[in-house]
Amino acid sequence: MLLCALVRPWGWPEAVVAVPAALVALGTRAISLDQARAAAERLGPVIGFLAAVLVLAQLCDDEGLFRACGGWMAAAAAGRPRRLLLAVFVLASVITAVLSLDAAVVLLTPVVFATAARLGARARPHVYACTHLANTASVLLPVSNLTNLLAFAASGLSFTRFAALMALPWLVAIGAEYAVFRQFFASDLNAGAQAPAAAGAPEAPAFVLTVVACTLAGFALTSAAGVNPAWAAAGGAAVLAARGLGRRRTTMKAIAGAANVPFLFFVLALGIVVRAVVDNGLASALAHLVPGGVTLPSLLATAALAAVLANVINNLPAVLVLLPLAAPAGPGAVLAVLLGVNIGPNLTYAGSLATLLWRRIARTHDTDVDLGEFTRLGLLTVPAALILAVLALWASLHVIGG
Amino acid sequence: MAVIAWIVEGTWPACVDAAAARAPAGAEIVLLHVTGGDVPGAARGAYAGLFGRGRPERDPGSRLQELAAASARELLRAAAERLGRPSTLLERSGRLEREVVAAAEGAELLVVARDGDRSRLGPRSLSPATRFVVDHAPCPVLLVWPEPAPGIATIPPVPPGPPHRPG
Repeated sequence: MLLCALVRPWGWPEAVVAVPAALVALGTRAISLDQARAAAERLGPVIGFLAAVLVLAQLCDDEGLFRACGGWMAAAAAGRPRRLLLAVFVLASVITAVLSLDAAVVLLTPVVFATAARLGARARPHVYACTHLANTASVLLPVSNLTNLLAFAASGLSFTRFAALMALPWLVAIGAEYAVFRQFFASDLNAGAQAPAAAGAPEAPAFVLTVVACTLAGFALTSAAGVNPAWAAAGGAAVLAARGLGRRRTTMKAIAGAANVPFLFFVLALGIVVRAVVDNGLASALAHLVPGGVTLPSLLATAALAAVLANVINNLPAVLVLLPLAAPAGPGAVLAVLLGVNIGPNLTYAGSLATLLWRRIARTHDTDVDLGEFTRLGLLTVPAALILAVLALWASLHVIGG
Repeated sequence: MAVIAWIVEGTWPACVDAAAARAPAGAEIVLLHVTGGDVPGAARGAYAGLFGRGRPERDPGSRLQELAAASARELLRAAAERLGRPSTLLERSGRLEREVVAAAEGAELLVVARDGDRSRLGPRSLSPATRFVVDHAPCPVLLVWPEPAPGIATIPPVPPGPPHRPG
């Protein structure tokens, strides 16, 4: 099933393979109906949360948030590539953390390219930064990455506690990326750019910024009140949807499309299939590899294992496999898994060897990508960012307490 | 026979000016830009890494390819305007250094700008792609500084070597 999801024969949505696979797992009694129901009940709220965030990001784009991002980056860069890189780092990190890595990859990357082109700067460092930060900066909030959403439910942490513990690792990992990027792309950054005709900072889309800020505050409030923070995301999306529909900037069909229903089914089916595989032997096979406890060496080992697994298969199945094994050791171990599966995918072009191998065979127009350069950049950034982030997590666990 | 100026983001004005100054009257001037596939590739890879999203039409790599083509056209237009005399615009795509070397075959002159660390004289003032072009060019090469060259005091002093033995 993983193979088919990666190759995606005939352009089918992944769910076309994943849902029957889940049914087969049920039919062959690889997983009992009760266990499957329990898995679905656990995943249900996660999937609702995911849908709300996907819709929220798309509506922010419709309201011009990402266009405004381009204007801010150009104004902050003032014609200097190094300043543009800093602006890209700040914006890509914040967008990834608040609106999820999907928003950074799909909606922000083209804006970053267009901004660099408009300034006459070489786009390479800035686009690479955007794609790297979509992974590295996705450790801060439960909404930043689907892996976090899956782990958030299992970790028993509140939204604010999750964010507090991950704040320092987030900053440290981004800082490590920034230091490597400045060196790695020195010649592209030295090439210079033409200062833009004094356009000034663009007008801020005040309404959408207010809604996003209120949604963030809503995450903290709902979490404190013991309500699922997915409702805050749904609320933010509903407000923007009402406005977008009222002003005819969007349609119900576009909103339903943004929720990507086949993807939601895929996540549900993947959860059930992985559960079946874990229960039928994988758990005992991996159990001795996952260190218990939250000492610094065991946190480092947990994160490293998660990063390796994410690079070999993919980070979604990796987190589903590792969660039940890490959760008994406490939230610290779960967060270490997240650091591994979120930062790790930068090691390989396309996030995992499996994706890389199968997509490259299936699609020939990637042939002029310099894999050597990708891998060198990954080898420089990932170990540094990961080790420093785990150290920061360990410090946070000691100061704040797991 | 033609004078080719390699137009690259950031450093191109110096190449255009040098081509204008060196090309004999009546010689054909070719403004060459190469679009690398690595930047759209990075975006395509990032999207492929988002497991299970499906919907290839959302792949930002395709959008970046369109944007890159538009940006290349705009860059060549600006270069032609700066040159201010008739020129041929040549847009290629692929590995930068390979495409430039291939395009330079049989040229009278290839004009290239230094695009590495330009704070000092030395080998690091060429980026790896430019280094490849200079090393492999099948024609005469004019290598220009995008701005006034740094002074020769930026060359490090001769390292103390083994004592010179006569004979």
